[in-house]
Amino acid sequence: MVDHPAGHRLVIFVWGAAVYYSYGAPPKNALRVYGTAKQWMWKFQHPDGQREINELHVPVGQDVAVTLISQDVIHSFFVPAFRVKMDVLPNRYRTVWFRPTRAGTYHLFCAEYCGTSHSGMIGWVMVMEPADYETWLASGAEGSLASSGDKLFRHFGCISCHRADKGARGPDLAGLYGKEVHLQDGTTQIADENYIRESILAPKAKIVAGWQPIMPVFQGQVNEDEMLELIAYIKSLQQNPLNVNPNAPIPDEEQRKRNPQVEPQVTRP
Amino acid sequence: MSHSTEAGTVPHPALQVPYRDLDQQRETATLGMFVFLLTELMMFGGLFCAYLVYRTLYFPSFQEGSKHMDLAIGAVNTAVLICSSLTMALGVQAAQKGRSKAIVSWMAVTLLFGCTFLVLKGVEYYQHWRAHEVPGLGFDLASSTAGVDIARVQLFFVLYFIMTGLHALHMLIGIGLVTWITICAGKGRYTEGYHNPVENVGLYWHFVDLVWIYLFPLLYLISRTRT
Amino acid sequence: MSAAPTAAVHPREHYLNVDYGIRSWLLTTDHKRIAILYMISVTVMFFIGGIFATLIRLELMTPAGDLVTSDTYNKLFTMHGIVMVFFFLIPSVPAVIGNFVLPMMVGARDMAFPKINLLSWYLYVIGAGITLYCITIGGVDTGWTFYTPFSTTYSNTYVFGSIVGILFAGFSSIFTGLNFIATIHKLRAPGLTWRRMQLFLWSNYATGVIMILGTPVVAIALILVAVERVWHIGIFNPALGGDPVLFQHLFWFYSHPAVYIMVLPAMGVVSELVTTFSRKRVFGYEFVAAASIAIAVFGFLVWGHHMFVAGISLYSALLFSIMSYLVAIPSAVKVFNWTATLYKGAISYRTPMLYAFGFIGLFTMGGLTGLFVAALGVDIHVTDTYFVVAHFHYIMVGGTVMAYLGAIHYWWPKMFGRMYPEGWAKLSAGIIFIGFNVTFFPQFLLGYLGMPRRYHAYAPEFQVLNVMSTAGASILAVGYMLPLIYLLWSLRYGEIAPANPWGSTGLEWQTTSPPPTHNFEETPVVTEEAYAYDKHPEMEFVA
Repeated sequence: MVDHPAGHRLVIFVWGAAVYYSYGAPPKNALRVYGTAKQWMWKFQHPDGQREINELHVPVGQDVAVTLISQDVIHSFFVPAFRVKMDVLPNRYRTVWFRPTRAGTYHLFCAEYCGTSHSGMIGWVMVMEPADYETWLASGAEGSLASSGDKLFRHFGCISCHRADKGARGPDLAGLYGKEVHLQDGTTQIADENYIRESILAPKAKIVAGWQPIMPVFQGQVNEDEMLELIAYIKSLQQNPLNVNPNAPIPDEEQRKRNPQVEPQVTRP
Repeated sequence: MSHSTEAGTVPHPALQVPYRDLDQQRETATLGMFVFLLTELMMFGGLFCAYLVYRTLYFPSFQEGSKHMDLAIGAVNTAVLICSSLTMALGVQAAQKGRSKAIVSWMAVTLLFGCTFLVLKGVEYYQHWRAHEVPGLGFDLASSTAGVDIARVQLFFVLYFIMTGLHALHMLIGIGLVTWITICAGKGRYTEGYHNPVENVGLYWHFVDLVWIYLFPLLYLISRTRT
Repeated sequence: MSAAPTAAVHPREHYLNVDYGIRSWLLTTDHKRIAILYMISVTVMFFIGGIFATLIRLELMTPAGDLVTSDTYNKLFTMHGIVMVFFFLIPSVPAVIGNFVLPMMVGARDMAFPKINLLSWYLYVIGAGITLYCITIGGVDTGWTFYTPFSTTYSNTYVFGSIVGILFAGFSSIFTGLNFIATIHKLRAPGLTWRRMQLFLWSNYATGVIMILGTPVVAIALILVAVERVWHIGIFNPALGGDPVLFQHLFWFYSHPAVYIMVLPAMGVVSELVTTFSRKRVFGYEFVAAASIAIAVFGFLVWGHHMFVAGISLYSALLFSIMSYLVAIPSAVKVFNWTATLYKGAISYRTPMLYAFGFIGLFTMGGLTGLFVAALGVDIHVTDTYFVVAHFHYIMVGGTVMAYLGAIHYWWPKMFGRMYPEGWAKLSAGIIFIGFNVTFFPQFLLGYLGMPRRYHAYAPEFQVLNVMSTAGASILAVGYMLPLIYLLWSLRYGEIAPANPWGSTGLEWQTTSPPPTHNFEETPVVTEEAYAYDKHPEMEFVA
């Protein structure tokens, strides 16, 4: 009795595991969307500035990776038609991806109980033909995420320390995203969205080797929307390939040498 | 609740209903105490698990927290508890020999040690409170060590107070149990043939001691570096 | 027992009439009286949980949230879960049936620790009282799963009080398990070796092991939530660097084995029913006994399957998934062995047997759908939807509640010396079976189509299936009310039962119905294995 059903089960297990593995590995060149979940709505931000509430426009036939975080409790991003679901956590970015194959309008539900209007935290995913999507993109963007982030970078005073010149009191952030960072305790870490977020909210936790732990704590001052803009801005900072600035302090020769331009990596959820 | 016993002998006054003789009762009661201690192990185990997870994630902050522990009081308390386990074991041995006066003496000393532990713990808690190290009661710690985040040091202290607090609660219960045993021994209840309650309270006491022997190194010792 | 067709009479003195008055009940240490006390309390809680379910299903007849407010609805499903899980499903078979029957099955005069048994009932009642109090003064709306940070920081309801009530119920459960383990280890009658024990004993032993190992962990998880809530300092708070997913690990480490606490005793009941009502030994006794232990052990290794989309690593997800497949194997072994026991047995379709059949069919369906959700790829789609709701109700209600009802009917003559009315009992069993399937089968479809769980209002395309489900629930409600009525009726007007109406070889049947306070006039001596029907052709039904 045991053999036959066990064989079936093994096949199903392997199949299910393969699907789960691919679910956890968003493709590198997916279209990126950022979003926050809060009681009781979904807010999406496209890199070139389009903002949406409870609606998500995407083009058909292309991989889309949605990076999400919660502002309060645990929610869950669920699109039944795409067979995709992912819990959205506070204080931690997670990325879910899908490739829509048919244009249309599909339900978006919150699938993790989150309070009073849990069943009201719903919306629509609009999958559009590429031409329509381009039209939609072009209408009414207020400026890209990265440019908003640039403004915040100055508003919060980040620019006063994180510079490439002699007066810098913090590491230059050009080319940071996706790079391996060397910390004071000897460990290394890839600079992804979660690392940047932690560095802003709890800067003393991971100090880059060769720098002082003097960065002020921004917990409570930067909200999730602003955080996404700052991250988009930092991602957009490309390293000058020559990196010639004789006046820049060089805290760590090794670190300077390890600054080649790197493909931004999409992280696992 | 009478039993039908062999040859009309009077059953021991401590013999309970479902048992045919004291031996069966003793074995069952001891098994019951071991099973109960297993549940206690699982309960503390959950806390240890949480501590381990956070310690791995936030090592520098937890190391900082360990530095604020009072090593002197902790070490004295450890010695006090180990001695109390010794006196408890001697009390159990006295019970096995049926010597009531000795039981009372050893239990009294054990009680003394137990109360000393709790008093020292109270002093330690008071010191933490004065130093603004009690989360929720004006927690305020400053550290400029790299890698230390004050919010995460607070997490260390939350776990410290919950773990040692739960342990102290168990000590208090243990003191209650030892007091009960002492009173019963004073009344001459325990003989060579019947002294199982003393053994079982001993088991409980040794377990609570054992939990402290794990708590002390994990909270106080393992991250102390020479500064 | 004798097959003489004389009218059955009650023994002159038995455990029910040996003493009268409320004190003799509230201060009893007789395991049989304690079981009756539990039966009353557990039944009250079942109907309270049922009222919440009724309101939920009424609300879900229409897509809009128009019967109750969102907050009220959230409280309804939370309290339905808390009451049913902690105050009905976990104690039902062990604390009612197990407490009554277990000492008799081992041939003992009482449980190992009779006073602790009574204490466990008081802890249960106190816990139930506190929880009901919280329900009446405003309720709790976190879901029975208390996920953080909603439960610690955002909910505005009586979380702390509910947790305290649940902690009391948890300690009650621990003491029950402790008693079972000690009794089975130490109080077996002469000649009753482990391999001669009835399978109900094996199941309850395994259940006791789960109770004592798992319950303390959820106790500490809930204590941490309570501490965080009251003092606003805590270890699951993301703003402090706390991890809300850690709560889920600590919670499910118990709550998954908890479902085996709910189902193992029920399986033990089914083993007894199947063998008695087919007059045959259980096929593969050792395998069924070993399967109980295996379920208890493996059950502790699968908790992460509740968290596949919650943010666990790929590798742990793979492990939990494969373990979830493995834990299904001992359950399948049991179903196979019961079926093989039925084969060529002299089957009698009395009510307890009907419930056993219902269990086998519905538990199998529930268990097979468990394999769906254990498959990682599928779970991404169906987790947190009505598919999971249907899956666990098939096992809990189609499984455990059916087995509980089967056990109540089977041991009713033993408990009260009265037979229940067979016609009404069969009718109720049929109504329950039909009502159950009409209620919960549509929910598999709803979940697959994408309806999330814990939804107060839903998309209109889900309405037809929801109406079907509510219609089924109304049938189910009738089915549950009927036994309450006719069982109470039978206490006074039911036919007087002989000592062993089913002609069972079980040790508990070798004494009078109702039994004397100390169960047996003389300590029984066991000389043969359980279920030796082939050696005792003289044993037959006398009811």
